[in-house]
Amino acid sequence: MIEARNLTKNYADKRAVDDLSFTVKPGVVTGFLGPNGSGKSTTMRLILGLDSPSAGDVTVNGKHYRDHSAPLHEVGALLEARSVHTGRSAYNHLLALAQTHGIGKKRVAELIDLVGLHDVAKKRAGKFSLGMGQRLGIATALLGDPSTVMLDEPVNGLDPEGIHWIRNLLKQLASEGRTVFVSSHLMSEMALTADHLIVIGRGRLIADTGVEEFIQGASKQAVRVRSPQADELRGLLSGTDVVIRDVEPNMLEVGGLTAEQIGDLAAERGIRLHELTPVQASLEEAFMELTRDDVEYQAALGIGGVPA
Amino acid sequence: MSAVTFPRLDHSGRVSQLRVALSEWTKLRSVRSTLWTLGVAVLLTIGVPCLVALVTKSHWNSMTQGDRLDRYHNRLALATAGVNLSVLAIAVLAVLTITAEYSTGMIRASFTAVPKRLPVLWAKLGVFAAVTLLLMVPSVFIAYWANQAILHSHNPPILQASLSDHGVFRTVLGSAIYLTLVGVFAMALGAIIRNTAGGISAFVAIFFVIPPLMNILPTNWNNAISEWLPSSAARDIFQLTHGTHDLSPAGGAAAFVGYCALMIAIAAILLRRRDT
Repeated sequence: MIEARNLTKNYADKRAVDDLSFTVKPGVVTGFLGPNGSGKSTTMRLILGLDSPSAGDVTVNGKHYRDHSAPLHEVGALLEARSVHTGRSAYNHLLALAQTHGIGKKRVAELIDLVGLHDVAKKRAGKFSLGMGQRLGIATALLGDPSTVMLDEPVNGLDPEGIHWIRNLLKQLASEGRTVFVSSHLMSEMALTADHLIVIGRGRLIADTGVEEFIQGASKQAVRVRSPQADELRGLLSGTDVVIRDVEPNMLEVGGLTAEQIGDLAAERGIRLHELTPVQASLEEAFMELTRDDVEYQAALGIGGVPA
Repeated sequence: MSAVTFPRLDHSGRVSQLRVALSEWTKLRSVRSTLWTLGVAVLLTIGVPCLVALVTKSHWNSMTQGDRLDRYHNRLALATAGVNLSVLAIAVLAVLTITAEYSTGMIRASFTAVPKRLPVLWAKLGVFAAVTLLLMVPSVFIAYWANQAILHSHNPPILQASLSDHGVFRTVLGSAIYLTLVGVFAMALGAIIRNTAGGISAFVAIFFVIPPLMNILPTNWNNAISEWLPSSAARDIFQLTHGTHDLSPAGGAAAFVGYCALMIAIAAILLRRRDT
């Protein structure tokens, strides 16, 4: 369980995290979604106490991370930035971290096997490929059998087999009742893995919603209408919950009405339509739209849990 | 979908200072730079006094009486000559032990495992000091015996200093303590600066650049200030004879331990406060 309350982090020149409040619950995979530079990694560092917040507060299992007596048992973390001494072998890296908690060599060997690094465990970590580095990072995160697993962009650099492996692992960890918090800038990845989504943009919370709701919200997107009487049509369709955008001359994109509604209204007034196409925005597009300008998106789609 | 079996941990212990020390020992012994720098330090500590003894022995008969007398007054300086060089290797390793964690990002893993942070600093300092002391005490005594044996082989034996002579044992042992304390000082410097090049530069400035610059000052200022510089205070720990403007061995040790404590305190405060 991770609880952030009004979490804020200012750096010298910018606000990286802005009044962020959310709760990550155990038993499900929670995706942490946002474009690059939106504050995901900073938020994770704040959770681990690597950076201290400028305002607000974040706790893990009811306490500040720093105050736990066996921190690796509470949170296992994979950070996006590499956190391994390049001159040390994978085995010694894990062993040194394990020893801080009195975790034995057997456990270290077990995790090296689990992530498939057995053959290179004695090699210097600096020689590792991106994918091997990720696997070592995941072994590090799981070392203490943590009740909360927090991974920053875990599929970065992994091959398809590795990505598949990670998805299954995350689902299993969640099914065991653990809190699983995974960041990504790829919506498609999150759609496959996550049950719940926390979406941020420019350090602010945009959405805190179930993946199903998010997909539904995204897929009742818009209808593309082509008509030689586009101006008349615009006047006809205007309403409080309707958003109309000019795509090109004589072509409108209408949000907030179904294709049937638009077609019927046009027929009543005798407005000729040359095209009437429901546009299914892909999740990726929905996400880009969402993070490009969160205020506009909230007004248009009213994503669950966020006041428009 | 292939099932992933995730092995459970049968027990999980708490973080303790002793466990963090064991972890730091693993870290120290598992990087090559440790073996290299400590190897070089041992080699210089023992090798240089042997070399100096051989040169002195072969030139002894052509030296003036004045030269011979100078060397006699300072006869242990030959046995501890290597320390002046190996101190740089020790300091580089001390700085590197902490700054390499920052340059590689390892520090994030270290502070995630031990988020209270200070136990990591204490363990690093303690393990480094213990390793240096355990390695350097034998080294300086081997250097002393080898140096004396070579000088003894001259006919007649020259520049002999028995361990039972006044101050000799203390001086030889002091040179190992000097290396250890300088390592501690350099490590604290590394923890404050968090950058390898910056840490080593700062160390070189404090120990090798600033002291000779003191000669620019008026003599009475120079005399008043120089003996209190960290570098002079530290060196006084292993000098057989002390001039009027030097601290005593105990005084030098006390002053330098004070400098170390100050640096460690600054490092500890910054370590707790700074973002990583």
